[in-house]
Order: sequence, then structure tokens, then C-alpha cells
Amino acid sequence: MKKTIFILSVMFVASFSYAQMPEKFVKAMEAKIALIDSTHTVEGYTDLANAFERIADAEKNQWLAYYYAAFCNASAGTMAGAGGDMMAAKADKTDPYADKADKQIKKAEELAKNNSEIFIVKKMIATLRMLGDPMNRYMTYGPEAQAMLDEAKKLNPENPRVYVLEGQDKFYTPEQFGGSKEEAKVLFEKAQKLYDTFKPETNIHPNWGKSQVGYFLSQYK
Amino acid sequence: MKPIAKTLFFILFPGVTSLVSAQTTISGKVADKKKPLIGVSITLKDTYDGATTDSSGKYSFKTSEKGELILTATSVGYRPFEQTIRLEGKGALTIDILLKEEITELSAVVISAGIFEASDRKRAAAVLNPIDIVTTASANGDITGALKTLPGAQQVGESEGLFVRGGTAQETKIFIDGTLVNNFFHSSSPNIASYGRFSPFLFKGTVFSTGGYSALYGQALSSALILESIDLPDRTSASLGVSIIGVNGGYQALSKNKKSSWGGAYSYTNLAPAFAIIKQKQDYSEVPVFHSGDINFRIKTSSTGMIKYYGYFNKSNLDYTEKSIDSLGYLDRFGVANFNTFHNLSWKEKLGKRWKMYAGISYTFNQDDIKAGMKDANKNEVVLSGLEFKTFDLDLTSNYFNGKLIFERRLKGISMLRFGGEYNQSDEKSDYTMYNGQKFPGRLKANIKSVFAESDIYITNDLAAKIGTRFEQSSLIDKTNIAPRFSLAYKLSKQAQASLAYGIFYQNPESRYLPPASAGNLVFMKATHYIAQYMKVTNVRTFRAEFFYKKYDNLIKTGLVSGRDQAINNDGFGDAKGFEFFWRDKKTIKNVDYWISYSFLDTKRDYLNFPYATMPNFAATHTASVVVKKFVQPWKMQFNGAYNYASSRPYYNIRFDGSNYYFADMGKVQDYHNFSVAFNYLPSIGKENTKNFVVYVLSISNVFGIKQVYGYEYSYNGLRKEQIVPPSRIFVYIGAFFSFGIDRSQQTVDRLF
Repeated sequence: MKKTIFILSVMFVASFSYAQMPEKFVKAMEAKIALIDSTHTVEGYTDLANAFERIADAEKNQWLAYYYAAFCNASAGTMAGAGGDMMAAKADKTDPYADKADKQIKKAEELAKNNSEIFIVKKMIATLRMLGDPMNRYMTYGPEAQAMLDEAKKLNPENPRVYVLEGQDKFYTPEQFGGSKEEAKVLFEKAQKLYDTFKPETNIHPNWGKSQVGYFLSQYK
Repeated sequence: MKPIAKTLFFILFPGVTSLVSAQTTISGKVADKKKPLIGVSITLKDTYDGATTDSSGKYSFKTSEKGELILTATSVGYRPFEQTIRLEGKGALTIDILLKEEITELSAVVISAGIFEASDRKRAAAVLNPIDIVTTASANGDITGALKTLPGAQQVGESEGLFVRGGTAQETKIFIDGTLVNNFFHSSSPNIASYGRFSPFLFKGTVFSTGGYSALYGQALSSALILESIDLPDRTSASLGVSIIGVNGGYQALSKNKKSSWGGAYSYTNLAPAFAIIKQKQDYSEVPVFHSGDINFRIKTSSTGMIKYYGYFNKSNLDYTEKSIDSLGYLDRFGVANFNTFHNLSWKEKLGKRWKMYAGISYTFNQDDIKAGMKDANKNEVVLSGLEFKTFDLDLTSNYFNGKLIFERRLKGISMLRFGGEYNQSDEKSDYTMYNGQKFPGRLKANIKSVFAESDIYITNDLAAKIGTRFEQSSLIDKTNIAPRFSLAYKLSKQAQASLAYGIFYQNPESRYLPPASAGNLVFMKATHYIAQYMKVTNVRTFRAEFFYKKYDNLIKTGLVSGRDQAINNDGFGDAKGFEFFWRDKKTIKNVDYWISYSFLDTKRDYLNFPYATMPNFAATHTASVVVKKFVQPWKMQFNGAYNYASSRPYYNIRFDGSNYYFADMGKVQDYHNFSVAFNYLPSIGKENTKNFVVYVLSISNVFGIKQVYGYEYSYNGLRKEQIVPPSRIFVYIGAFFSFGIDRSQQTVDRLF
């Protein structure tokens, strides 16, 4: 009898936690992910990054939490480095965010290898590093960002975020350095088309970028 | 429920009881010693609960957890904070947190007295980037040329080397990847400065110490130039260069796993076309021709370990005549053929968590065959009576070996201890043949054994010290020395810092004055440095001011012994004092980056054959440089300009009256001015996804053709003197460099979506 109760309770607990834990996790994640699209400040992204990091550290084996933490840190860093003289060195401002994002995306990668979305964030981090000191870093981080984007595309050519980032690069790069608003438009349109068919695995899997594409395409009207 | 099952239930469902309970509010303020901290992550460990501090450092969050939990606070640059708290499931807790700064390389003060650095590292002393060395107009692509635009170095144009703060060129030693480089410059000709052998593109980091340098280095009274070679290349590539002075080509291969690389390069330099256009003072029977080749490999042995090899070979030849000052209508002839090979192998590795090792060996073989003499107007060799000494052959053959081993142990925080040893061996053979065939062979074999220890101590982020000692034993003079070194840095504000440095530096007497007239009485030459520095660095501006005092003791005095300057004792002495300013500004003028250097130097010395202490002929009281760089994006063109100035230098005619040396004549040359410009056209810059890169260069030294006088030379009888001037007033350089990246990735294919 004792034994039966023991086995039963263990089985019960096991199924209980499998069903319940992800739900708590999913709910917490959903609540924070919903805030991403309306976040536009360094403080906002930092707050979100910290929240995702808490979830990640509590769970320890959910790559998505680390992924979003890294994504938010990379976004916070990009915002911290924006404005002012583009070419000026500002690594002291941007590198701390890149360092944090780096650590988190590495943890995500340990849990989910060969994931196109993870390479998207790695591309963002490389671009953030370059932004820190463009004059001295474009030779190193330019090709690295490109390599990360290529890898993301190789792993999933249907990932719309590949073309969002590629389009952004084209959009913001001065023409004499290979930028082109027209080529960017083609990429944004391709991304938009892919969003129509792109189905994230669950509703907490990456699905951001659609509003950016909308914003960029509105610039052409 | 049986008791065991009940226990199990509560062990397995600790949260059940809290399902019905209320929440606890946790709030507080986070600050460091000075101010509230924004963006600090507050976490209830192993839960989802927490918050981020707002702009006034405040945080607040609710949690339904109960029991003992750990509250953490983390922020970049601060030590993580942890506190155990008890949660009752109700009420409010106020927890104010004081974070302590973490001592990190990024935030800590940098020990920078006496140091200029050209590297990508984000450090206070890094006033230049590696690319600055190449794009400084007056440098002509030469490493030391660029360093001469920094305060501390003299504008000496009649001979190569770095003359630092009243020191001779021999008082500056040059190191590649930790080991000593002998014959850093090509073989010299009288009154013509030769170029450095090594391309600036070989190095990713340059540290130029104008005094007070680390105990890891020695045998240099004034200055150490420490070069760090590049790591693995980004990709496989080939390069090709064509210029008015020659052609060069190279290939670098990066292995597929990106863990190793190998490569080689060859360059052929022939000055005939340049000299045909730009008339030289000298009349060349053999224009300077250089064949240089190098090979290298680099192997990544671990995530931080690396083995590097660099091998260099050079063969060069030149022969010329110029009007003789000693006899009207006759010509002085000088020729030198050089063979040089240099090999450097280094290995750095992390040994365990706290230990690192650096090992390096270098070997140099150098052979100079010098032919000097006189020719008549028809270029036939002649030996004139009374001037027989001007005709001689001098064959110099030298072998140098240098080995160094350093261990580094990380102490608390970023403090560390380094110690190790160095072994230096030289074997210099000279065969002097007089006009009449009489031979004077000479050979000097010597070694120096050194051990050293040094510690970087970071007391706080704002205060750091470097304390070191070096012990040396020289076989040449059979003496030992102990040289203490000490420097201190204090951060005055986020951007400003003050540093002090003190050190004793020893150097062997120069071998050209050896063996001494009487054996056994020579000691080390000695210099004592005192340096005080103030520095303020922002992302776009650097200001640096340095005051120094340098005292020389035991400098070599020479005497005329059997027609030759030989060391007789160590009774020489001297001092140098002054101040220097450096200002670099990348912001005030849009898209223009410029720097200004100024040095004031007050120096006197009594050394070699000087009759008494006076200002040496290589020293100028005021030295200044202005370097300007502007990149015009739409034109893909970089404009570089440089102006170098030195106030008048003294010159002397020192003669021997049979018992004593005396100044037979002295004076001052005119001020030195040099305006140089360089234009770099980079048409491939910014081309999308380009693997190929091309640069066109046009540079003009002394663009206004201002007359430059370096000093005076005297005829043997002392009756005539002539200005020492550069071989040509203006020099023009035109070249094109192509680099072809070879990348086998699928990138190109993948882009065609």
C-alpha cells in the first residue's frame, strides 16, 4: 500500500509539474513578450532583459528565456549607442550590453543548437559591437555580423527576421558604403511576405519584427 | 493519509500552502558610494520575481513566495549583492542596497606614465590606433616615423632611430612579441637615415615608452618600443603592391577551422626610378636595391593560447660617391652590402585558472660589407696622402640570440604578478682592412642574464601601482645590477587621471667603443627616471601632459687609442628635464581628426669625447608636430597632413690636441620645418560585400621644399665645414596596393535568393 501510494504520488507529481511548470513559465513569458513591441527606451529594454534573465536563471533549461534576455540587452545597447555622431567611439556605453547579451545567447545556444533565431541575435550583437567603435571595428565585426546573418539564413531561409535585419543594414548604410534604400525595400517586402506564412512553434517562440517592417515600409510612402 | 505520504505531499508541494496566501511587497533603493544606480536587476533567486531600479535608484515588486529566500542585486561594473530574507507572505519589506564597485580592466585606472600606445584596446594610454601609424603623412609608412610625431622623440633626420628625451638612438631598444630585435633598421649610410625593416601592417599593437618602462625590459637607458604582432588573419587573402620604389606580393592562408594560418611575402625595392626623377645629393654607382622576404605561421593552441613564428630575410646593396670635403675635386665613396635574417618564435598559453605563460626566442644574423674610399673626378679609386685612413673595408658579422620566459599569476581582482628570466647573447665579428691591406680582426662575444619580477596592484578602481625589479648580469663588463621600477596611477575623475613613475635603467657600454682601452674597469651606464603625468581622455579627445627628469650616470667616455675611439672610463654624466603636451581631437572640426604634440627639453651631457657637459647635437629645445587626417566619404579619399618642427640644434667640431679633446668650433643650425602631405584613395571602401581592397597612395615629404639642415660635418683638417642636408629636399611616393580576399564560403551563392 505504502509503495503504491508512493509510486502514485510520484507519478502524479511528475505529470503535475510537467503540465504546470511550463504553464507558469509560458504565462510569465507571454506577459513579458507582449511588452516588447511597445518598448522603445533603453530603460524599458533593460527592465525586460532583467525580467527574462530572472525567468531564465530560475528555469535554467529554457533557451527562450535566455534568448529574449539577450535580444532585449542587444536592443537596449543599440538604443544606448544611437544618436550623436555615428562614427564616434562609444564602446564604453554599448559594450556592457553586448557583454551581457553575449553571455545569455551562449547559454541559449547550449540549450538549442543550430537555431536560426539565435543566430539572428548573434548578428545583432556583432552589429552592436561594431557600433561601439565603427572606425576601428568594422573590419572585424562587419564580416562577423554578415557571417551570423548568413548562418541564420542557412538554418532557416524562411525566417523573416533575416530579411528585416538585412533590410535595416541596407536602409541605414550610406550609399557610398553600399547602402541602398531601394534594395532595402525589396528586402522588407520579402520579410512582410514571409510573416504572412511564418508560424512560430508556440506563441512564446520568436515572432517579432513585423511592426518594424511596417514602420520601414511606411517610410517609402 | 499515512504519515509518510503526508510528509511526501508537503515536500513535493511546498507551494500549496502559499496558493491561498497574500503577497509581500519588497522595495528599496540601490546606490553606490556616490549616487543612486539605475537599471540594477533585483531578483528573488530561483523565482521569476524581481524588478529593475528606476532613474532614482528605486525598486519595488510583489511576491507570493514564502520562507527563506535570497535577494540579489546585479549591475555591470559592480560586485553582485546577496542577502537572505524571510518572507511571511504579507506586509512590506524595505531593503536598501549599497553596491560596491568591481575592479575591472575597463573601469580601473591605467598605469600610463611615460607610455604611448597604438592599439585597439580601450585604454587611457592608447592615444593612437594601429592604422594611425600607416596614415601619418610624415611617417612614410615607417613605424618610427609615426612615433616621431609624438612628444618625447626628436626630429633627427641624419640618422635612424628614436632619440628620446635627451637620449641617443642606442638608448632605445625595440622588442617584437617580447623579444629583442637587433638591426631593426636597414644598414645605415653616413648622414642618411635608413628605414625600419618591418612593415607597420605586421603589428596590431605598439607601445612606445618614453621613460619609466616595465621591469620586463632592460638594457635601454631611455626608451622601449614594444611591438605586438598580429594574430590570425580574418580570411585567406593575397596582396600585391606596385610603387615608384618597387613591387611586393604576399599570400596569407587561413585554415578551414580558423585555428591556424601561414603566409609569406616578398618585396623588391629599387630606388632607380625614384632617383631618376628626384635628384639626389649622392651619385649612385649602385642605386639602393633591397630583396626582402618573410614567412610566418600562427597556430591557435587553445582558446587563449597561440604560437607565432615570423621569419625575415633581406639582401640589399648600395654604392655611391659624393663630393669630398677633405680634398677639392675628389669624391668620397661609400658602399654597403647587407644580408640580414631575423626569426621570432613566441608562445603564449593559459596554464590553469590563474596562470599564464609567455615564452619567446629570437635570432638575428646580420652581415654588413662596407667599402669606403676616395675616387677622382673620373671615378677611379685613389688613395691620397694624408687621407689614407678614408680607404678601408669593414666586414661586420653578427649573431644575436634572445630568449625570454614570463609567468603571470592573477592575484585578487585584476591584480597580478609577473616574473621570469631573459637570456641575451651576442657575437659580433669585425674585420677591418686598411688601404694597404693590413687587417685588424676583432670579435666581441657577450651575454646578459636577467631575472625580473613585477606586480600590478589595483587597490581600488581609482588607485593602482606597478612595482618591479630587474636583476642583470653582464659578461661583457663582468658586473651585475639591480634596477627597481615603480609607478602609480590615480583616477581623479571618470575621464582624468594622474600618474607617477620612477625607475633605474642600466645599459651595457656600446660595443662599437669596445673592447675598452684597459680591461675590467667599465661598469653599466645608468639612468634614473622621474615622471609625472596628467591625462584626460574622452571618446573624442585626449589631453596628456607629462613632466620628466632623467639623470645619467656612468656614461662612457672615450679616448683616441691607436687611432680609434675607445671606451676609457665611466666618468660621463648628464641630465634631461622638460615637459610635453599631447592633444588629440576628433570632434571640434567635423570629420577632421588631428593631434598636436609639443616637447620642451633641457638637456646636457658629458659623454664619449665631449670636453665638458653640453647640449648634445641630436637635441632640440622645442619640438612640435601637428598631424591632420580627414576622410571625405563621397570621394573615398583620405587627406593626411603633418607638420614637424624642431628648434635649432647645436653642432660641434670636437678635435684632439694630443692630450685632450676640445671644441674647435660650435654653433647652431637653423630651425627645422617639414610639411608633408599624403592622399589615400580607397575606391573599394564600402562596396557591398567586397573581398577585394585597393588603396592608391600619393605622398610628398617636405612639400614646400624648405631647406633642412641637420648639422655640420668638418674636413679632417678642420678647416672646412659643410651642412648636413637630406639627400633630396622633396620626396614623392606613388603606389597602389591590392588585397584580394579569398573566401570559400557559400555566401555569394546564398545571397541569390
